[in-house]
Amino acid sequence: MSTNSPILDSKCPTGPIETRWDNHRFAMKQVNPSNKRKFHIIVVGTGLAGGSAAATLAELGYKVTSLCIQDSPRRAHSIAAQGGINAAKNYPNDGDSIYRLFYDTVKGGDFRARESNVYRLAQVSNNIIDQATAQGVPFAREYGGHLSNRSFGGAQVSRTFYARGATGQQLLLGAYAAMNRQVHLGRIDVKARREMLDLVVIDGIARGVIARNLVTGEYERYAGDAVLLCTGGYGNAFYLSTNAKNSNVTASWRAHKRGAYFANPCYTQIHPTCIPVSGDHQSKLTLMSESLRNDGRVWVPKAAGDKRHASEIPEGERDYYLERRYPAFGNLVPRDVASRAAKERCDAGFGVGSSGQAVFLDFADAIKRDGEDAVRTKYGNLFHMYEKITDENPYERPMRIFPAVHYAMGGLWVDYNLESTIPGLFVLGEANFSDHGANRLGASALMQGLSDGYFVIPYTVCGHLAGRNLQPVSVGHEAFAEAEATARDRTNKLLSVGGSRTVDSFHRELGLTMWDNCGMARNEAGLTKAISKIADLREAFWNDVRVLGDNEDLNQSLEKAGRVADFLEFADTFAKDALHRKESCGGHFREESKTDEGEAKRDDENFSYAAAWEFHGVGQDSTLHKEDLSFEYVKLAQRSYK
Amino acid sequence: MSADNTMKLKLKIWRQKNANASGAIEDYQLDGVSPDMSFLEMLDILNEQLIGEGREPVAFDHDCREGVCGSCGSVVNGQVHGPDEETTLCQLHMRRFHDGDTIQIEPWRSRAFPVIKDLIVDRTAFDRIQQAGGYVSVGTGSAPDANAIPIPNRDAEKAFDFAECIGCGGCVAACPNGAAMLFTAAKVAQLATLPQGKLERSARALAMVEKMDSEGFGACTNHYECSAACPKGVPIEAIAVMNREYLRATFLSQEGV
Repeated sequence: MSTNSPILDSKCPTGPIETRWDNHRFAMKQVNPSNKRKFHIIVVGTGLAGGSAAATLAELGYKVTSLCIQDSPRRAHSIAAQGGINAAKNYPNDGDSIYRLFYDTVKGGDFRARESNVYRLAQVSNNIIDQATAQGVPFAREYGGHLSNRSFGGAQVSRTFYARGATGQQLLLGAYAAMNRQVHLGRIDVKARREMLDLVVIDGIARGVIARNLVTGEYERYAGDAVLLCTGGYGNAFYLSTNAKNSNVTASWRAHKRGAYFANPCYTQIHPTCIPVSGDHQSKLTLMSESLRNDGRVWVPKAAGDKRHASEIPEGERDYYLERRYPAFGNLVPRDVASRAAKERCDAGFGVGSSGQAVFLDFADAIKRDGEDAVRTKYGNLFHMYEKITDENPYERPMRIFPAVHYAMGGLWVDYNLESTIPGLFVLGEANFSDHGANRLGASALMQGLSDGYFVIPYTVCGHLAGRNLQPVSVGHEAFAEAEATARDRTNKLLSVGGSRTVDSFHRELGLTMWDNCGMARNEAGLTKAISKIADLREAFWNDVRVLGDNEDLNQSLEKAGRVADFLEFADTFAKDALHRKESCGGHFREESKTDEGEAKRDDENFSYAAAWEFHGVGQDSTLHKEDLSFEYVKLAQRSYK
Repeated sequence: MSADNTMKLKLKIWRQKNANASGAIEDYQLDGVSPDMSFLEMLDILNEQLIGEGREPVAFDHDCREGVCGSCGSVVNGQVHGPDEETTLCQLHMRRFHDGDTIQIEPWRSRAFPVIKDLIVDRTAFDRIQQAGGYVSVGTGSAPDANAIPIPNRDAEKAFDFAECIGCGGCVAACPNGAAMLFTAAKVAQLATLPQGKLERSARALAMVEKMDSEGFGACTNHYECSAACPKGVPIEAIAVMNREYLRATFLSQEGV
């Protein structure tokens, strides 16, 4: 556990909240246009945050190197986002405003986000929609030709812009196109199939990275004046999640080991509507958009262990438990509440399907009321995907759904400038911790990634470049040699264990431990047990993992081994963060902290802070640094959905 | 899934150590395949088995496993992305196969897509085609209000049909000429359909087609295999739009406009 706790300085501006971003930008040092080309910025990751940052910085004249783990920047996992992107345009004239988007996001985050950051996010949300539209992103439109909006969880207004069920894909391809224009102009150098393996810090400032060329196995050194980590979330610590298979914590974790604090790792979003696990072979989980809960009713049988076909269970023997427990919100309670309620029923033996780890999401009433065609128009693509995966027709029988790990609210700690505790290291998008508090609202992830990349970092990086007297560095510096040797040693160690178990078998075991003890509900005994199991598993991994092949070749087992080794270290910090936070908030539910009715109970008196952890060694206790959160605009209140 | 409906399969898979090595089909026996597995999960358990035997696993590109990132793709029994229509390899499920089946799995075959290892090919030529002109030249910050240019719903929908391309390369693999026409045309047609893309339409069509040709892709001879194989159903009409854009641009440039 923690030893001391200096207060972290978020560098948030003060004054009226609507003036803070403007005043901050004005106060910041600028880089003269003709000097920009002298600065070299390394952007790691090409999702919405990394792609938009790389393109925009190159447009401004900076020299940009972009590292990409896939074979093309177009494939980062932002591409899989289905539902949409929020903005405070108020096109539907239904009373939306920047302030309302700000308010909903702070409240939805269960009062664990920074007000100044969230207000800025709401302010630039409108610019994102303008920019994407100008790029040719084909957002949905009304017949009159204007942009269409729909409503989404946690909001009482329609502020979500969407492109069929592929909003993330279309926005990512927009950022990718903007990057391509700069590649063509010679301002971005894209290095695809590269994995960042270490951060290079010289005189206390981030000055470069070590990356492995995933085709040749070569270790490459990249020197620059600033490093931007846009490397996504850590949901794959659970093995099964909605994340892409290559999503990992390695870049963030290695930066953490070099001195960047890791904030609120225990805040993980478990999304309620995913296709359940169907067997031991399962490699990932697939999300079904939460929009389905607008028309679907969630239920389980009233009798435990009832394995009858859904159609054979009469109405009177069904338990519509969300409607029963939350009459005011019913099936539309927020994600964290819906997920916990499903788990409670399944743990008590009421789950359905062969595994018992699923609940029904039933559209029979909607089909009876509106007709099958109307339901098909709204959800056809999702029903199609469901049938592809499960071989069951959801028009005829209820879907089976279960919660799955989806999004990481926690991440590397950053200040208002998106700068980590290592000067010159900036962290954008899901990889940072700053804007969603303890729970992210739907359609806000795309907004934050693009806000950070298009409209925040281009300004705030100037403070670093112009404000610090950066001396030129070369890749010949001893710090590069040391970092490269560290990365090489780790690879060689993985290849030399020569044990009997595959990397995946360790990853699955870690995932089960995380899911059972650090998942939807957590308690002191379970977390304590997890910490010791994680340590045992880490030791077993380094004694018994089998990684075939060699370094000088494309070697996917080796890639996975490095990532799982880092997850095994990271998981310890995750569990210890969850153990120290004795309150329940957002996606973090501590069974010891609940109301008489069994609902999550926040403890603002003792836990109204962001927890940023400083690394001291693998498995060793980290130092806790607190950033106190103050709420000047949104009044603290316990959430209730009864 | 009960043990009795699992399948035993014979797999014939292209193995190639690297770009310079010569490759060959190798045979594998795989038991216990559940019909609920995706095709890639079937390859996962094959790889677990191979590692257990001390043999190197089969390398294949994959990432989102939701059919949208475009990473995965192989030729399965001669068909691009396997037997299901409008389905990426990761969304193909083993219930499509039967106990005792032999399944042949090969990488995309095209001069412009050299094999890197096993089932992984180098598709960076696709990025270079996009870099030649697959964008609207609008810098961050200079966009007008999003509703300033109304776009008819049908145009937006049409543009979306083209924009759905995931860049998997299946169209090239399916084409007897190894042409990248559908891929290139999807972007040209998307931007030609929208007012935002009109200003640069001539330069875009000329530059992207020229780059496509120089990357070693073949020519289109109207087989339509590309569209039939496309996991996203990008319509063949895209190619007609691109041909029209290209012709228009050629005439305009001859007139010095």
